Amino acid sequence: MALLQIAEPGQSQAPHQHRLAVGIDLGTTNSLVAAVRSGSADVLPDESGNRSLPSVVHYQSGEVPLVGHEAESNVSDALSTIRSAKRLMGKGASDIQDSWLNKHYQFDVDSGSLPAFVTADGPKSAIDVSAAILKTLKETAEQTLGGDLVGAVVTVPAYFDDAQRQATKDAAALAGLSVLRLLNEPTAAAVAYGLDNDSEGTIAIYDLGGGTFDISLLKMQQGIFEVLATAGDTSLGGDDIDNLIVDWLMKKADIDALSGESEQASIKEYAKSIKEALSTEESVTVDWSDAHGHAWKGELSLEEFNSMLEPLIARTLKPCRQVLRDANVDKESVTAVVMVGGSTRVPLVRNKVGEFFEQTVLTSINPDEVVAIGAAIQADVLAGNKPDSDLLLLDVTPLSLGLEIMGGMVEKVIPRNTTIPIARGQEFTTYKDGQTAMALHVVQGEREMVDDCRSLARFELKGIPERVAGAARIQVLFQVDADGLLTVSALERESGVVASVDVKPSYGLSDGEIERMLRESMDNAGEDMQRRVLQEQRVEASRVLEAIASALEADGDEHLSAEERELVDQQIQNVKVSMEGEDRAAIKTAVHDLEHASAEFVERRMNASVRKMMSGKEIDAIDSTLENP
Amino acid sequence: MGVTFTDRAAEHIKGFLEKRGKGVGLRLAVRTTGCSGLAYVLEFADEVAANDEVFENNDVTVVIDKKSLVYLDGTELDFTREGLNEGFKFNNPNVKDECGCGESFTI
Repeated sequence: MALLQIAEPGQSQAPHQHRLAVGIDLGTTNSLVAAVRSGSADVLPDESGNRSLPSVVHYQSGEVPLVGHEAESNVSDALSTIRSAKRLMGKGASDIQDSWLNKHYQFDVDSGSLPAFVTADGPKSAIDVSAAILKTLKETAEQTLGGDLVGAVVTVPAYFDDAQRQATKDAAALAGLSVLRLLNEPTAAAVAYGLDNDSEGTIAIYDLGGGTFDISLLKMQQGIFEVLATAGDTSLGGDDIDNLIVDWLMKKADIDALSGESEQASIKEYAKSIKEALSTEESVTVDWSDAHGHAWKGELSLEEFNSMLEPLIARTLKPCRQVLRDANVDKESVTAVVMVGGSTRVPLVRNKVGEFFEQTVLTSINPDEVVAIGAAIQADVLAGNKPDSDLLLLDVTPLSLGLEIMGGMVEKVIPRNTTIPIARGQEFTTYKDGQTAMALHVVQGEREMVDDCRSLARFELKGIPERVAGAARIQVLFQVDADGLLTVSALERESGVVASVDVKPSYGLSDGEIERMLRESMDNAGEDMQRRVLQEQRVEASRVLEAIASALEADGDEHLSAEERELVDQQIQNVKVSMEGEDRAAIKTAVHDLEHASAEFVERRMNASVRKMMSGKEIDAIDSTLENP
Repeated sequence: MGVTFTDRAAEHIKGFLEKRGKGVGLRLAVRTTGCSGLAYVLEFADEVAANDEVFENNDVTVVIDKKSLVYLDGTELDFTREGLNEGFKFNNPNVKDECGCGESFTI
């Protein structure tokens, strides 16, 4: 007997046609699945009642991988027990080298374009690992909801770029999960608190997880969330709080060094229990002893614990200040502060963040679950279980998307923070006479020069009809779908030839790098602009050189005396020399001089071609030619 | 006679209504659809229509239209758990036959 849930008025479905959808928080350390049932969103526990699944996968040769707690408890083959795969999503081989993951795992970078963990069951990419996690969550959800899922909303960090988003989508496809939409984690947290129902506001999302800290500033306007700024620390979290207590306890118990992993693990576990107890109590009794005869009994008061914590919390407030500065928003304009991540249970964290933003922070929803719950609410709407009017939430592009143009410059087609989905076209043309192909290079970033931006994809448009430079019309269309994924297509108008590319993972950026790219674009704005105008001048100069060279080759000898020719050649040389330099004005002058020196030549050529056109024709015919060129 | 709730069902309905924070109560209905002819409708009620009957049941306002009431009279609504799946179940004495899944029935 199928069990029923309470539907919204008029949204009851025919038997066997329930539109079941879930929200999934695919986390670095833990993943959760949530769904809306009878109008309320809640996390779906697994058979053992666990509300979260550790993001750990253990591979065994030729067998179905173990996922979650089962994988975690299996420590026999550490190399085949993959943790934190999310850090590698959408990353290339070059990114692993500096990553801490490289110390813990072996990588196979030759088997394909994606780096793969070497496991007992063969090479596994971060996408494979994430797919195994998603598949487990999907199975839990289908058992709980009693049917097949129509789809899921999967959350990603706000700073994820296109390649990382695409990798997440690929992982879902591999798990047999249809992605209704990818949603930014801070946006999901805001949705969970119903902040999207307000007409407008600026929301700060403070996310202190196990190992990372993120602060995001969102602007909400008519159901559209815009990420104003993000900042954070990729190596700061609850683990650091545990380590503070471990250090304190070691000092008290006179332990100089911890020998072995199991000893480390047990003291850390104990420290964690002290931390959790201090979330609700004023003081905790500590009674520690180990195998080497070290022991300590006593009390840890909340006050003492807080004084240990203060510097750590101060470290999180620095990025908070930074996002306000980056977004040019003052504290008074922040309408809500949402707490995300288990570490925000620590009372002092709440107090200090509240003090900083001068308001009471939102904590009523379990901070470990709030992202999954927001995703579930969004999934319920997208699956069609709510009246259409309710909400259609949109996101924005995190970084600008553009195309490389001559001279290594970037032409931005879709600026950052544009609401998605979006399609935007721009017309480009050829640079050389008779050019029949065009290489298109899609880049992402805020800087003016290609070298400072991130390369996303390259493709070629072939079969452009032969025309003089600048005559061909090539329409390039950038389309970003609701998940933030990009398709670029190019169409030559006259011949109708088309080429396109979907942006797939090429090589990646580390978490901090996106932030760095944004910051650098601000810091280097002035310099970038100068480099750009210099480069534009160089491109203009080489265009003129190109045109004159082809004219000289065609009929230079016919129209110019040796002396005249020498003069033009000299000016050409001048332009070439000036282009080597950095002085924009000098290039401009040289180009101007060249144009001046060749003016006579250009005039003679024109006269010659007019004569050629008119020779041997009646006046009437010439008239009509002039009227209808 | 109307419709009754088990304690568990009443508890959950009250919880869901409270969380939703709006509407007048719970609507039960029957509509002609599904593989065995009739299917249950379980919805939040935002308004009471002219041909609706309104009951108070375990502090919950229950809205049933007169036509559906014929099929639902004497039904007990239960909240139950089957494996991981949990939800509402209609124990309807009027039912003669139901399809394998229990989502639709005939009387």
